[in-house]
Amino acid sequence: MEECRIYTVELEDLTLGYGERILFENASIGFGWGEFTALIGRNGTGKSTLLRTIAGLARPISGRIRVEGRYLDKMSPRERASAIGFVSTEDVRVANLKVSDVVGLGRAPYTNWLGSLTDTDREVVHRSLELVGMTSFADAAVDRLSDGERQRVMIARALAQDTPIILLDEPTAFLDLPNRYQICLLLRELAHKEKKSIVFSTHDLSVALELCDNIAMIEGGRFFYGPADRLIADGTIQHLFDGTGLRFDPEAKNVQLVK
Amino acid sequence: MGRGIKVKLVFVALGIAVLGLFLCDIAFGSVAISPRHIFDALWGGGTGSEGAIAPEVVRSIVMKIRLPRAVVALVAGASLAASGLQMQTLFRNPLAGPYVLGVSSGASLGVALFLLGMPVLGGSAGGEVVRNLGVAGAAWIGAAAILFMIMAVSARLKDIMTILILGMMVGSAAGALVELLQYLSPEGPLKSYVIWTMGSVANVTGQQLTIMIPVCVAGLVMSVMLIKPLNLLLLGENYARTMGMKVPAVRALIFASTTLLAGTVTAYCGPIGFLGIAVPHIARMIFADADHKVLMPASILAGSAMLLLCDVISQVPGYEATVPVNVVTALFGIPVVILVLVRNRKIL
Repeated sequence: MEECRIYTVELEDLTLGYGERILFENASIGFGWGEFTALIGRNGTGKSTLLRTIAGLARPISGRIRVEGRYLDKMSPRERASAIGFVSTEDVRVANLKVSDVVGLGRAPYTNWLGSLTDTDREVVHRSLELVGMTSFADAAVDRLSDGERQRVMIARALAQDTPIILLDEPTAFLDLPNRYQICLLLRELAHKEKKSIVFSTHDLSVALELCDNIAMIEGGRFFYGPADRLIADGTIQHLFDGTGLRFDPEAKNVQLVK
Repeated sequence: MGRGIKVKLVFVALGIAVLGLFLCDIAFGSVAISPRHIFDALWGGGTGSEGAIAPEVVRSIVMKIRLPRAVVALVAGASLAASGLQMQTLFRNPLAGPYVLGVSSGASLGVALFLLGMPVLGGSAGGEVVRNLGVAGAAWIGAAAILFMIMAVSARLKDIMTILILGMMVGSAAGALVELLQYLSPEGPLKSYVIWTMGSVANVTGQQLTIMIPVCVAGLVMSVMLIKPLNLLLLGENYARTMGMKVPAVRALIFASTTLLAGTVTAYCGPIGFLGIAVPHIARMIFADADHKVLMPASILAGSAMLLLCDVISQVPGYEATVPVNVVTALFGIPVVILVLVRNRKIL
C-alpha cells in the first residue's frame, strides 16, 4: 500500500537545524496526494523550520527535498511558486487591502509584470473564496476581519496559487476551539476533494489525531510518520509527554495528569 | 464596475489638478504677467509688453525662470512621493520616508562634503558640468550609504520604532558632520551651501535639469515596474518569496530607485521634508486602497500636485522674496503625519 503511493513531497536523508543546533537528522519520508497531514512536536523541535525549508524559505543542512519528482534546489522561484503554496504565521493586517486583492496576489506566479488579473484569474479568485466560504467578504478590507476570517482568506490565497501542495504553519494558533475545528475540517475537505497534499503544523493534538490522515511527529531529534492510529498504538505519541508528568490515554485520545 | 469608473474619475480629477497647478505655478511670481501673455510665450508666439517690461523680457521670464521652476516642482514632487511609497512598503512602516529615515540627510552630507569639502581640500569645484554632476553624485552616494545601512539593520531588527529612531539618529549625525564642515568653511562655499539647505525648486539651472529629468524619469519608470513586487511585499517577504518573487533582486531595485529619486531631488532642490512621507497617505485617504496599481500613480500625481501647490503658496503674492518651499511642505506634511499617528491604525 505505502509502496504504490505517488509522493508529492519527499524528504531524502534530510537534516535540519540552524547554526550549531541540529533539529533532526536523516529523515526520509513522503507526503502524498490528497492527504491531510498534521505535523506535531514540542516547541523548538523544528516544525516551522521543516515547513519553511520545503517552501524554499530556508536551506537544509544536508539532504534534499523532492517536490513532484523534482529536486527543490533545481527549481526556479517561479516553478517552486507553482508547486508549493505556503500560509505563514505572519498576520496580514494592511489597512484598505481588499480580500479579493489578497487572494488575487496568489495568482502572482501566473500574472504579467503589472500583476493584472485576466478573466481566468478572476474566476480562480472567486472559486477560491467560494471554497473557504468567504465570497461575501470579497470587497471587505482585510484588517477589518476576525482572526478566523483572515485565516480563511490566507488559505484562499494559497488555493488561488493553484499548487498541488499547500503548507500551513500553525494555521489554528490564534483561533478559538470551534474555529480550529472548522479550519481543520475545511483543510481536510480541500485535501480530499481538491486532491491537494496539505501539511500543517499544530499543537492541537486532539484535532490532529481526529481529523488527519497521517501524523508527522518530530521528537528528540527523530522523525516519526504514519496514520494516527498506528502512532497511537505503537506508543509514539506518548513520547511527546515523556518526562512531563502527563500521560497520553490511547483510548480517549487525550492527555491526562499522572497521579 | 461602478468602483472602477469612480477610480478613473478621481484620476482624471488629479490629472487636471496637476495641470492647473502647473499653469498656476508659471502664472504666479514676483512679476505679475497676464495669463494671455503666459500662453503666448508657452506656445512659442511673441508676447505683448507687460506694463513697463519689454516683450522679450516677459518671454524669457516665462521660458527661462517660470517654466523650469514648474517642471522641477512637477518632477521633484512625483519623485519624492514615489520614493516615500516604496520605503513605506519595503519597511512595512507607515512613517517611513526619505526625510524621516535620514536618506535626505545622507544626501545633504554628500552635497556638503562636495560643496564645502572641495574648497577646503584646495580642489577647485571645476566647471559647471563637473560641479553639477559632482553634486548629484555626492547626493546619490550619501543617500545610498544611509539607505544601505537602514536596510541592513532592518533585515535583522524587525522593530519599526527602532528603525525610525535609528533613521533620526543617523540624520542627526549627518547634520552634526555638516555643521562641523560649515564651521570650517570659508564664506563663499558656505553661503551657497546654506542657500541650498533651504530647499528650492527655483534655483535649478537648465544644465542641471538635463541631469535631473532623465534620472528622475528613470527612477519613476522603475517605481512603476516595481508595482507587482511592492504588492507582494504587502504580505511580507516570506509570502512574496513563496509566490515566486526574487526578493534580493527586488530589494536592490527598490534601493536603486529610491536612491536615484530622493538623492537627485535633494541634490538640486535641497532637503524637502515631509512630502515623501505624507503624499502616499494622502493617496491612501483619497482612494481607500492598498493596491500599488492605484497607489503608485496616485502618489506620483498627488506628489506633483502637492509640490506645485507648495511652490505657488511659497511665492506670497505682493512680496518680492519667496518663502523657502521646505517651510510650506512641512506645514502641509506634518499634519498628515500627525493624523496617521493619532488614528493609530496599523497601515502596513
